[in-house]
Amino acid sequence: MKFKLKIWKQRDAHSRGSFVTYDLDGVAPEMSFIEMLTYLNETLIGKGDEPVTFEHDCHEGICGSCGMYINGYPHGPVKGLTTCLLSMRYFKDGETIVIEPWRAKPFPVIKDLMVDRTSFDKIQQAGGFISISVGAAPEANAIPVRKHSSDLAFDASVCIGCGACVAACKNASAMLFVSAKISQYALLPQGRPEGKDRVRAMIAEMDKQGFGSCSNTGACEAQCPKQIKLFNIARLNREYFKAY
Amino acid sequence: MNKILFSAVSKKFVMALAGLFLLLFLPVHLGINLMLLKSDPEPFNTAAHFMATFPLVKVVEILLILAILVHVTYGITLQILNWCSRPVGYAVRNKSDTSAFSRFMIWTGGSVLIFLVIHFFNFYFIKLGIVEGDPENFYAVAQQLFVIPSYAILYWICFLILGFHLYHALQSAFQTLGLSNEFWKPVIRVISLIYAIVIPLGFAIIPFVILLFK
Ligand code: FES
Repeated sequence: MKFKLKIWKQRDAHSRGSFVTYDLDGVAPEMSFIEMLTYLNETLIGKGDEPVTFEHDCHEGICGSCGMYINGYPHGPVKGLTTCLLSMRYFKDGETIVIEPWRAKPFPVIKDLMVDRTSFDKIQQAGGFISISVGAAPEANAIPVRKHSSDLAFDASVCIGCGACVAACKNASAMLFVSAKISQYALLPQGRPEGKDRVRAMIAEMDKQGFGSCSNTGACEAQCPKQIKLFNIARLNREYFKAY
Repeated sequence: MNKILFSAVSKKFVMALAGLFLLLFLPVHLGINLMLLKSDPEPFNTAAHFMATFPLVKVVEILLILAILVHVTYGITLQILNWCSRPVGYAVRNKSDTSAFSRFMIWTGGSVLIFLVIHFFNFYFIKLGIVEGDPENFYAVAQQLFVIPSYAILYWICFLILGFHLYHALQSAFQTLGLSNEFWKPVIRVISLIYAIVIPLGFAIIPFVILLFK
């Protein structure tokens, strides 16, 4: 397969970037998007040109590092997939693919397609944890949890913090991310004792980092590679009002 | 305590409450307006007079003005902050699968606001004595306005846009107040759809009937 790639190139956070177009031939349809970019970089290095900087790590959709905005979609046009799981067979041979970094004030560009997502870490550090050491896994029947709650908590806990929700949102809001982190604790008894402090601290930090506010448009839900649901945001709002 | 007052989530909470209050008022307003369909001006004028003089309604009136001010200022403030959250935009337009109604709330809301200002000049300011006119005969004022076809068309466009605004508004308010979950979400959507069709349609019928039959 052959592609024309229009990729955002930016030297560092302070310089002005621009698009650079690359023609790439010999892409196999079973390559993942990340493999395709790695292949591009190998050809660039071979020619003595500067490679494109982008993040990737696990290649199995669990680390959340591979986010990029592909043809108008965070993580590309296929729902429920991260960029690393998106294979090139979903694109048309000869297609022009425009690749941009996440755009949001709290996600400044480090270089090319790589953005700084420390703001997510800051939100998480503000309260996205249980502060006592719980030791090894407890006996499964010691704390009764409703099946429904445990399912919902599990669904929320699969958030990989990739930032696609922020990238997709017209307001660059982090509400889906925060709601997933809040929900996974709020739904389980272990998370309840610190529930109020957690939601207060995480929301305050979210505002401080400069994320926008939610206008319930649902672009985040549509683009989330882990398909975190919008009703988690309603739960987050509920938890927040209950905390005061 | 400080933090809750200034957080974006709380601002949205206040905005949603103010919006819902306005949504409660619309059917009352519609109920009175439907009396315009009668050829006798008496019932409409009596209702308008009652709304203008009854003390309890006065309180509601102040609350309504407050609700409009709060809803509009918070809406604009949050929108500006949201625009600031993405100083550098994308080169390719975002193609995420979302409802168009929800993406243009600031614009549909702004249009409704412009209509509201015109509406205030036509009626409310007459009542307050700022604009000249007879506050005891709003029936005649309304009839005169509606027989102007361009006014009727403007009116229809405004209510169409209001319908777009309301459809997302109602769902959004429930979500913001935390009153939605996987079970209620589709139910709320249907209620919003019905509300967003019935109320604007009710208003839009009035100039239609007046233009055609009077
Ligand atoms: S590389 Fe880990 S999620 Fe894509």
